[in-house]
Amino acid sequence: MVEQKSTRQGYGKALLELGKNKKVIALCADLNESTQVTHFAQKYPSRFFQCGVAEQNMISMAAGFALEGFIPFASSFGVFLPMRCLDQIRMSVCYNKANVKLVATHCGLSTGADGASHQALEDVAALRSLPGMTIIEPGDYEQAVQATRAIAKHKGPVYLRLHRTKSLPLPKCSFKIGKAQLLQKGTKVTVIGSGPILNEVLNAKLNFKPEIINCHTIKPLDTKTILRSVTKTNKVLVVQDHQVSGGLCSAIAELLSVQHPCKVDFVGVSDTFGESGQPGELWDKYGLSATHISQKILKLCKK
Amino acid sequence: MKTLTNVKDLQLMANTIRQDIIKSLIEAKSGHSAGPLGMADIFTALYFTILTHDPKKLRWNNRDRVILSNGHICPVLYATMANAGYFPKQELMTLRKLGTRLQGHPSKIDLPALELSTASLGQGLGVAVGMALAAKLNSQKHTVYCISSDGEHDEGSTWEAINAAQKYKLNNLINIIDRNNIQISGYTNDVWPLGSLKKKYQTHNWKVFEINGHNFKQIISTLTKAQKIDRPVCIIANTIPGKGVSFMEHTFEWHGKVPQGEDAKRALKELGTYNG
Repeated sequence: MVEQKSTRQGYGKALLELGKNKKVIALCADLNESTQVTHFAQKYPSRFFQCGVAEQNMISMAAGFALEGFIPFASSFGVFLPMRCLDQIRMSVCYNKANVKLVATHCGLSTGADGASHQALEDVAALRSLPGMTIIEPGDYEQAVQATRAIAKHKGPVYLRLHRTKSLPLPKCSFKIGKAQLLQKGTKVTVIGSGPILNEVLNAKLNFKPEIINCHTIKPLDTKTILRSVTKTNKVLVVQDHQVSGGLCSAIAELLSVQHPCKVDFVGVSDTFGESGQPGELWDKYGLSATHISQKILKLCKK
Repeated sequence: MKTLTNVKDLQLMANTIRQDIIKSLIEAKSGHSAGPLGMADIFTALYFTILTHDPKKLRWNNRDRVILSNGHICPVLYATMANAGYFPKQELMTLRKLGTRLQGHPSKIDLPALELSTASLGQGLGVAVGMALAAKLNSQKHTVYCISSDGEHDEGSTWEAINAAQKYKLNNLINIIDRNNIQISGYTNDVWPLGSLKKKYQTHNWKVFEINGHNFKQIISTLTKAQKIDRPVCIIANTIPGKGVSFMEHTFEWHGKVPQGEDAKRALKELGTYNG
């Protein structure tokens, strides 16, 4: 059986490797274990900065390090980073073009039993309008490893959206910032998604193969790959474990409404908070499971 | 780099800077008057006596870092930097105008001579903590100066940064607080009483000096001493908002507006006659 791993584990592994570069430093707001920064912190204690439960100051500190030439990785949960420190991200990071890597784990309903307070469903919406911000949500462990390496080389602010729950590896793993990945060639409908929820898309029971795009880079969008597929299918379903409003769903709707108006539908959280439960139970209850995805694909086909 | 050692010369320079502040604000037609005038002496002491810096070598590694956390008093920073040789003085007349490098609040992207874009209060000290830690990692010997306002001690994030400096025992960080007792909508004691900043900083294990922010001998001797302390230093500079323009002094009404018409003429006239 294939081993399941979480995207946060991929980050922890890659960050540890990146420690060889003396310019890489890590900051964490008292969540070393949960965010997987702990591996780096143990191996490179002099380049790890405990920031306490004070996310706003952590981001200001990270900006200070970046402006002095370091590559800071600042980590916390998605409900605290970016939500708690959005002003610091806007002003001290983005407005200064500071090379800060913002890494949030525990995003989406898939966070599970911790409940709504800990399920970040608005983080991408909060960040997407900030000038110069790159937003990435890897689909699996291996992609998270590659994305972490890639963002260390990328100059400029990046938000890496990660997940608590272990998930299966997606087929054909590869990663390049800003280059969406064609996960499955197909017909009739283009399904665009990001994050481990792409496994639900692959599990959707259908009598045909839709085209599936792993849109791991939410900003900037790979408009070329998306439009190439959509021009063929003219029907699009966008899937993200996030509010429909403001996240990948909105990003794709903005693109298509101008460049290629066509039939579009969304699978995401609809203007509500989550609750405690197992990830699968929550996706089922809130309309994000494979069953819901296949229903929406079929509905699009009939339009 | 121009250095002034004599108090008389420093006072003359501070007066020139005050004139430049008012001239640039009159031209801009909006902005903050009281804070910049109140901090002109501290800025003069920093840029003409204390700082290790070179206006011709902006990215020089060993330069001292200055972060103006209360970015809204930037007219004093701009006027001081122009007089120190960072850019031509006539550029001060572009303040707040379309296309200017002298944005209404400091923008590092527009004016690379700045260390940081600021003006969302409560962020500068945290960035200064990051820069001070970075200097330690790089084994650099320079000092990171943060200039902050009493009003921005309302912000919780300021206190997060104060704690962080304590945790990391940053002996290369100096926070100068402009204690002018005003903020935009009133006196600090009425808007948001802060109690004793001195005691609060001491509780967080900072070394605290309290000075008269208009006494050059005291400013310079304290800033010199502060560089040799083994922990973070807070200098509470008691200043007179609007210093040098009689009708602006001690009033919160001049925090966020600029003189116009007769007020403008009077302000310039008062600053034009220097009598020591």
